[in-house]
Amino acid sequence: MAFLVHHLLAQTARRDPSKVALVTGGIQRTFAELDADSDTVAKAFQNLGVRRGDRVAIMLENSVEYVTAFFGALKAGAVYVPVNPSTKADKLAYILNDCGVRALVTPTALARNVLPALANAPSVTGTLWVGAVLPVLPQGGGSAASLGEILAAPHATPADPGCIDQDLAAVLYTSGTTGKPKGVMLTHANLVATARSIAAYLKNTPDDVVLSVLPLTFGYGLSQVTTSALVGFTLVLERSFAFPSDTLKRMVEHRITGLPGVPTFFATLLQMDAVKSADLSSLRYLTNAAAPLPVAHIRRLVELFPQAAFYSMYGATECSTRITYLEPQHLFDKPASVGKAIPNCEAYVVDEDGNRVAPGVVGELAVRGANVMRGYWNRPDATSKCLRDGVFLTGDLFRADEDGFLHFVARKDDVFKCRGEKVSPKEVESVICEIEDVAEAAVIGVADSVDGMAVKAFIVPCEGAALTQAAVVQHCRGRLEGHMVPKFVEFRADLPRTESGKLKRTKLTATA
Amino acid sequence: MPTATDLQSPVDAVAQEIRAFIVDSFLLGQDPGFGNTESLLESGIIDSTGIMHVIAFLEEKFGIAIDDDDLVADNLDSVERIARFVERKQALKSAA
Repeated sequence: MAFLVHHLLAQTARRDPSKVALVTGGIQRTFAELDADSDTVAKAFQNLGVRRGDRVAIMLENSVEYVTAFFGALKAGAVYVPVNPSTKADKLAYILNDCGVRALVTPTALARNVLPALANAPSVTGTLWVGAVLPVLPQGGGSAASLGEILAAPHATPADPGCIDQDLAAVLYTSGTTGKPKGVMLTHANLVATARSIAAYLKNTPDDVVLSVLPLTFGYGLSQVTTSALVGFTLVLERSFAFPSDTLKRMVEHRITGLPGVPTFFATLLQMDAVKSADLSSLRYLTNAAAPLPVAHIRRLVELFPQAAFYSMYGATECSTRITYLEPQHLFDKPASVGKAIPNCEAYVVDEDGNRVAPGVVGELAVRGANVMRGYWNRPDATSKCLRDGVFLTGDLFRADEDGFLHFVARKDDVFKCRGEKVSPKEVESVICEIEDVAEAAVIGVADSVDGMAVKAFIVPCEGAALTQAAVVQHCRGRLEGHMVPKFVEFRADLPRTESGKLKRTKLTATA
Repeated sequence: MPTATDLQSPVDAVAQEIRAFIVDSFLLGQDPGFGNTESLLESGIIDSTGIMHVIAFLEEKFGIAIDDDDLVADNLDSVERIARFVERKQALKSAA
């Protein structure tokens, strides 16, 4: 019985050793190879001092190395912490320190951002470099090793750390209202249960070939890996979606059956002429999550791929990223709904006292189930606000219709999603305010046909300052991940505020 | 060894302009000394949405039209690849 995440891989490797597990670029790995390689990496983590419950951060683009290091960290008994490779030094240092990361896996190519962060992260005692090993730093980073050399050496078996499924498997950082990202603690039990649930409703089989452009640092991307390990299907991992024509060619070449995406991905795909003539007759299903896809886009996708089922899904990092999905047969009678709870999960609307409300009444969506997190890392206050007796309050306002289908209404706070990733206005505002010539800044999400919502910044410059839009954007690019950089910048003489001085974002939205 | 003529070649001038744009837009104007053949994505210098900004810049600056089919790593994943791609596009344009 598989009860730890890496048991899923080991079991599939025994059942179907020579089956291709992973294809990225020109490289592929069978389940047996992936299982053996991740053993070797686990042993290397243990040699670097990683013990049961220690945190291991992986800051890589989608790659064979990523997946190998992910399973390797778990086999070593560690807790996996993904870090988006576009994370800048300050935020990386924040994450490394916040959860006391013991070992980091990162490419030499990112040294520019990684080295300054390591210098300020005393908890890190070992660094595994993908690419050339950078010398041991006097100021931090601990001992260093090359992931490539470790994998080229003979197979090594890690010591059994003795984990049970209540042990943490992952800490996933998510933006919150306060601006500082919080670490969502997920156990092995959470990830295994959610993988089973997702694979069940998508009816995954070992014959599936799923192509994913979603970053593995994103929970929705990682779930492709866990479901592949559970079911034994082939996962074609794209490094990114920077080069859509390359990706489209690989979709055809590998005769893919499953295509997970976010609205920006599908919007780009629909804009490509080549997609109309591409032979994608093998496609069995598409999934959308992270942000709602416009109904017009769903219709066009269904026209383009009439043989494929389309799944609208909704989730939260705090629920192992998946809460509901809409059965494809309801796509057109309930187009604006995110459906109902996934198998082995309950999702319902409650009032402010936590009581279930009648259909049609707007309230907060509450979630019970094996997917619900353990809490936020080192944040008992934030945890107690949203987690009560194992019930997670999503912070999203919903209503259920007469048939029990759930409809998203709005967020309770100001956080919105750009390209499917969370943007905390406060996080962006504080970065803009670092610019000397900025007196005040306010950030909101505005509707955008490609990105769903785009970041718009309203700025009050200091008197006499000659601030340009380009300078603001350039500063933000140097300090924030891509999805948080403002697409629009508007200068104003003042910002609308309440009598108590609180920013009136709704007023800004109305005039944006 | 590059000769003086190579250094003055149109590709080289184009590469310099592209590099300057990337440094200004993505690296706060500070050139960290990355190689012109280094992968822009793998090195984290730009992310996938950054590529779209580069494309908009190329279309405006060099007056070329970039098709869906052109959006491949072979054309766009390093300063040198971009420069050669721009040169091919310009040659096509003047031939038309």
